[in-house]
Amino acid sequence: MKYKFLNFVRQFAFMLLVIWTVVSLVTLLIELVPGSPAATILGETATTEQIDNFNAKHGLDRPAFFFSYATDEGFVWNGMDNRYSEYFSGLLRGDLGRSFRTDRPVLDMILDRYPSTIELAIASMLVAIAIALPLGVLAGTNKNGLIDNAASFIALLGISLPTFVIGPFLVYIFAVKLAVFSPTGSANPEDIILPAFTLGAALSAILTRMIRSSVIEELGEDYVRTARAKGLSERTVVYKHVLKNGLIPVVTILGLQLGVLLAGAIITEKIFSWQGLGLLLLEDGIAKRDYRLVQGCVLVISITYIVANSLTDLVYRRLDPRIRLS
Amino acid sequence: MNRLTYIGLVIAAIVIIVAIFAPWIATHDVTTQDLAMRFRSPSAEHWFGTDGLGRDVFSRVVFGARISLEVGITVVVVSTVIGTFVGAIAGFYGGWIDKFMSGYVFNVFLAFPGLLLAIALVAFLGAGLGKLILALCIIGWVGYARVMRGQVLKVREYDFVQAAKALGAGNMRILFTHIMPNAIQPLIVQASLGMAGAVLSEASLSFLGLGIPPPAPSWGTMIEEARQYFATYPHVLFFPGVSIALTVLAFNFIGDGLRQYLDPKQRTR
Repeated sequence: MKYKFLNFVRQFAFMLLVIWTVVSLVTLLIELVPGSPAATILGETATTEQIDNFNAKHGLDRPAFFFSYATDEGFVWNGMDNRYSEYFSGLLRGDLGRSFRTDRPVLDMILDRYPSTIELAIASMLVAIAIALPLGVLAGTNKNGLIDNAASFIALLGISLPTFVIGPFLVYIFAVKLAVFSPTGSANPEDIILPAFTLGAALSAILTRMIRSSVIEELGEDYVRTARAKGLSERTVVYKHVLKNGLIPVVTILGLQLGVLLAGAIITEKIFSWQGLGLLLLEDGIAKRDYRLVQGCVLVISITYIVANSLTDLVYRRLDPRIRLS
Repeated sequence: MNRLTYIGLVIAAIVIIVAIFAPWIATHDVTTQDLAMRFRSPSAEHWFGTDGLGRDVFSRVVFGARISLEVGITVVVVSTVIGTFVGAIAGFYGGWIDKFMSGYVFNVFLAFPGLLLAIALVAFLGAGLGKLILALCIIGWVGYARVMRGQVLKVREYDFVQAAKALGAGNMRILFTHIMPNAIQPLIVQASLGMAGAVLSEASLSFLGLGIPPPAPSWGTMIEEARQYFATYPHVLFFPGVSIALTVLAFNFIGDGLRQYLDPKQRTR
């Protein structure tokens, strides 16, 4: 029990360390912007006074980090009054700064849009699992049979067709020709169906392949022969023994894919004008060069992903005792 | 190897040949606009028709293959080499090396979904082929390293490794001659998916307007430009869409076939 608790504390500390690194990287990313944000936002006609005001308001007049380096001065210690420590202390208060464009708190803008993206990611994950689990098991247990070939073909199609090809095709069939759904937007509850299928298609294909190869690999293991020799039905062998072991890599993939879904949602959101975090990042952040907003969006998506990753790791360890030992 | 593998190899070979000999295969200049010839259907003059600016779609698809392969091959080669090496070391030595790598470094890199990091880098740095490849490599290697680490963790417990140890084989010999050959197979699938993934990532970023800037004929850019007219002129989206799908499909077929070929366990049963 004590060991388990210590292990949990260690994992949690690791997670905080990773988050700290990511925040540092994202905070320093803004320093990569060629030229100054003020000039980019205010335009070439801005007066010196306007630029100074802008920099003072967003804290850009202070040094970037604890120390700086210049060829003529060498290393210079800037003290605690720098953008890096300021962004961190803001973060601890739940403050991601203010948008360069709209002057609204970045956190408010993100929280407005975040639920839509999570909703879309979860819906597409459910679509993917619902398609992949039966298809993968059928394909794996009927290796090289008709079902296997058909399932493999469907899965390969799903992997090979990118979101931005599937999306317009689905819109063409279901919105333009059949007029069952609206082509864009999220006004009605059923509007999530087309985006969820679009976003989930690739994942379902990846999962089908994973489950299929997992099932085939596990079916070749000795314990399966033992289980069969015990007289267990093929159904029990597959669903109770093979699937339990075979799902280990699948869980990892699912965890890793959550981030891919969140990032991939950007494309799906663009196709369907789905008002989520991706569209916020793309249209309000990158297109309008609102770097503070870009910073916030990247940070929030990354932290979501880190938390999901850590949970994946916990589940992974729980599932396979061989890994728990190390 | 099965029939699908050969189909994959043939398609991949065609794409590679098309990419290499693009200037001789293309029938028109890829950037020349002819607004009088907008949205022409496929014909003898324009095999795949023309796009919204009257440019020849066939020639643009041909040159698009070049961009896709350039990005795909570079990203996969660099990522696989780095990932295999780092993952094997972490899995084999365990201890603090593994803790540092898998607990810290992997998580930091995996904390950015590939596409998001690429988007972030492009947003802050500006677009371009080099930066795009760099971003995809920075993120790509971790997937291989993670798979390799997991495999090495599993394989190093096998009896034949213990036997080699008992016989007095050195660490490097055990790792490279006994563990690696038995651990490397999932990486082949990973690499085939990685090739497909890199081609898709490039197209995705270009689709979002964040990849290789126009008028370069990236398949993703072509799809984005064609999307709004898709209901009326489907051919403009169809050809680059099929090109991406076929290229990705080909590398998937190859990966699948190689895995079956390399795994004696699967071959005999």
